[in-house]
Amino acid sequence: MTARIGVVTFPGSLDDRDTQRAVRLAGAEPVALWHKDKDLKQVDAVVLCGGFSYGDYLRAGAIARFSPVMETLIEQAKSGMPVLGICNGFQILTEAHLLPGAMLGNDHLHFICRDQKLRVENADTSWTTDYESGQEIHIPLKNMDGRYVADERTLDMLEAEGRVAFRYLDFNPNGSLRDIAGITNEAGNVVGLMPHPEHAVEPLIGSGRTDGLPFFTSILKKLVNA
Amino acid sequence: MSKTPLDTVEHAAATPDVELPWAELGLKKDEYERVVEILGRRPTGAELAMYSVMWSEHCSYKSSKVHLRQFGEKAPQSDALLVGIGENAGVVDVGQGYAVTFKVESHNHPSYVEPYQGAATGVGGIVRDIIAMGARPVAVVDPLRFGAADHPDTKRVLPGVVAGIGGYGNCLGLPNIGGEVVFDACYQGNPLVNAGAIGVMRHEDIHLAKASGAGNKVILYGARTGGDGIGGASILASETFDDAKPSKRPAVQVGDPFQEKLLIECTLEAFAEKLVVGIQDLGAAGLSCATSELASNGSGGMRVTLDDVPLRDSTLSPEEILMSESQERMCAVVEPDKVDRFLAICDKWDVIATVIGEVTDGDRLEIFWHGEKIVDVDPRTVAHDGPVYERPYARPDWQDALQADDANKLPRPETSEELREQVLKLVSSPNQASKSWITSQYDHFVQGNTVLAQPEDSGMIRVDEESGLGVAIATDGNGRYAKLDPYTGAQLALAEAYRNVATTGAKPLAVSDCLNFGSPEDPAVMWQFAEAVRGLADACQQLGTPVTGGNVSLYNQTGEAAIHPTPVVAVLGVIDDVARRTPVAFQEEGQLLYLLGDTREEFGGSAWSQVIHDHLGGLPPQVDLERERLLGEILISASRDGMIDSAHDLSDGGLIQAVVESALLGGKGARLVVPDGLDAFTFLLSESAGRAIVAVPRSEEVRFNDMCGARGLPVTRIGVVDGTVSDGNAVVEVQGEFTLSLDELRTAHEGTIPALLA
Repeated sequence: MTARIGVVTFPGSLDDRDTQRAVRLAGAEPVALWHKDKDLKQVDAVVLCGGFSYGDYLRAGAIARFSPVMETLIEQAKSGMPVLGICNGFQILTEAHLLPGAMLGNDHLHFICRDQKLRVENADTSWTTDYESGQEIHIPLKNMDGRYVADERTLDMLEAEGRVAFRYLDFNPNGSLRDIAGITNEAGNVVGLMPHPEHAVEPLIGSGRTDGLPFFTSILKKLVNA
Repeated sequence: MSKTPLDTVEHAAATPDVELPWAELGLKKDEYERVVEILGRRPTGAELAMYSVMWSEHCSYKSSKVHLRQFGEKAPQSDALLVGIGENAGVVDVGQGYAVTFKVESHNHPSYVEPYQGAATGVGGIVRDIIAMGARPVAVVDPLRFGAADHPDTKRVLPGVVAGIGGYGNCLGLPNIGGEVVFDACYQGNPLVNAGAIGVMRHEDIHLAKASGAGNKVILYGARTGGDGIGGASILASETFDDAKPSKRPAVQVGDPFQEKLLIECTLEAFAEKLVVGIQDLGAAGLSCATSELASNGSGGMRVTLDDVPLRDSTLSPEEILMSESQERMCAVVEPDKVDRFLAICDKWDVIATVIGEVTDGDRLEIFWHGEKIVDVDPRTVAHDGPVYERPYARPDWQDALQADDANKLPRPETSEELREQVLKLVSSPNQASKSWITSQYDHFVQGNTVLAQPEDSGMIRVDEESGLGVAIATDGNGRYAKLDPYTGAQLALAEAYRNVATTGAKPLAVSDCLNFGSPEDPAVMWQFAEAVRGLADACQQLGTPVTGGNVSLYNQTGEAAIHPTPVVAVLGVIDDVARRTPVAFQEEGQLLYLLGDTREEFGGSAWSQVIHDHLGGLPPQVDLERERLLGEILISASRDGMIDSAHDLSDGGLIQAVVESALLGGKGARLVVPDGLDAFTFLLSESAGRAIVAVPRSEEVRFNDMCGARGLPVTRIGVVDGTVSDGNAVVEVQGEFTLSLDELRTAHEGTIPALLA
């Protein structure tokens, strides 16, 4: 058997088809979900993909967070369904308060697209068990509003509870506090990060590495073994 | 234009003596008289608006048409061409049932007036051309030219243009995979912002801009129509800038990439359900263009009710609605029983869609406002029968002196140390320096099919996941070469783009061009244009790559000073399996470096003559198109058969520039030996065309040499990928001359642009 992993398309989502491909390459079944539809079609997990939902108007992720699909998603994430937010998806998860903190514009004020070095800080979440803690990987990054911020207390709490899942190495591309690239919720089922693992799943394509594939194999193993 | 009383067709016929502001709208006196002659009466205000925008230089190609015909007349036989010149974009067969459409356009003038929006809407316009053909857009490229890199205005224009391209293209989810950035003082008041796009579809999905079938509905969908860009086509694109006139900012359109993304998705969904008979995007000249082109390309006429156009500003007059260049709008012709389904798809994507008219069985385009007829024209006279000018042209009197000022006679470096310094100065000069500060502001990963992106020789996109079929695109154009000799310069632009595509392993198939020139009213400029078109048409014929479409941008001049003639040529190629692509970066130490082609003393228009001597004179490098074709065949075969692991074309900056780029990208050094019969200076810095360097694994050395020998391509071993010295730092060493560490080269090559512009 395999797992059914939903990929939500909001108006302005860009990496929905890429994410479906990554899910498929990992061996799971991608299921397209539509933002106006509350029905999650009985998927086992959901990915909120990258893009500019609603044009990033108002604030990245701020409008998408109120979509009908998010009502169901927020409820199910709270009861343990695995959710991964990539880039705009991460922004939506913070707007929805499934993850703490917020994303501001990059400190250099430019869009930035690069192959980014990261360290996996937490290999125990639903989406990271195929990595090893401390592993260094390269994942493409591309965003305008990627500067992760939170108050000191929240940052200390995230650090203390091991909830910083990924950290930028060598170069902080956007001014994120404490070099944070991705975080997880307390239960480890909801993970958000700015870099794009779905763009690092095939040799030759994109960055030419497959460092992002373990996100999708991790969740598949977890769901199949559950 | 007065709004009361309404200038109806009836009113116009009854008031022949009313003076209309034809001059303000950019029409010449004889053009206005021609309109009166066609109609047999004076035009209404609305009709005048339509004729003025459609007969503008930008839309009608009135100065260039007589020359552009050569692209058709000299077109080589090509089985690959599915749709040629005249549609929104050309379409090429790339095999396995796939068709690819691509085109390059200019958005030069708007980008100077308002860099961000000008560049952004340039991307938006070219992308709509691609969707209008029925294709899903898969990539964009942006050939850009700015004034001197250290000029204060460049710091205003360039960051805005780059942010606009990124802001729009990134938000559409289109990888930006290629293009160029060139600096030259000649572009100071006239930056060139060209934008190209590629789309992919199945053969059966090709759509055309025509309205046929009486009773079919005309649906306008996308953004509401506002007051932006009114007169943009006629006034902005067809006049030179003049300091004395008021700011033209209001004539530049404002883009909304989010709306365009929705437009793409809902259009593709409508195509997939076969709901669309004909389709046209609204770009320059807005509704005037879309209605007259759809109607004139179809079998019947068209009736449009302008009151039904959704407006952003309810005070717009009918003339303004017809001329508005509001972005993110499309016009589809749909059979009556499919209208509901079409509207439902638009609603799903939150796109406003409105039936504004229908196809009639007559041959007139009739437009109504408040129940009265304000336009009654033969649409062909608007869309196709614009004026055609045989503008006078003459070889400028300074051309001989320019060519006699031979760059080969400039003082050359006298010592190895001086040569080393000049090389370092060259690789750090703005034109030769790394452009990653610019290209890192563009998303090149999105869609998950990018195989190669800048700074590779061509951008490459996978088309089919199963078979690995892919397409490659490169754009090139060297205004300095073209200034020295426009005929040769245009051919060199094609040769370089052709070579760049072949260097990555793809077979060149077809051409699109964006011809950027000064004022056609200057006979010297018109001569440059005529020569460049003749050169390009001849070269396309010889290389077997037809021109499928493109764009002409004239009036790129401020006062008397025209830009260098700048034909930008895009070549599209196909590769059977992207796994066989050849990258620029050196892959493995120990591999052998070969130079393919002949190196002559050719410094006219070179980067060396510009950077070291601030000189432009002499003749550009010679063109040998048969050699280019042979070189291309060798590079493609070597890629397919696994004989080379990296390759880089040689162009501006010569061999050393290519070696430095391959070394820095691969993080591996190189040891070079100056071949017999060449001096180090010529070897490193000449810009002879028809050349490339390749890195050959030792196991393939014999096979590769045999192939070149058998086909008669000169091949010279020039060194080896290897340059790690005792301290662990890699170097580029030219034996007997000098050594440069990769650290030193990287600082020089990558530091320049951020220092100037960040």
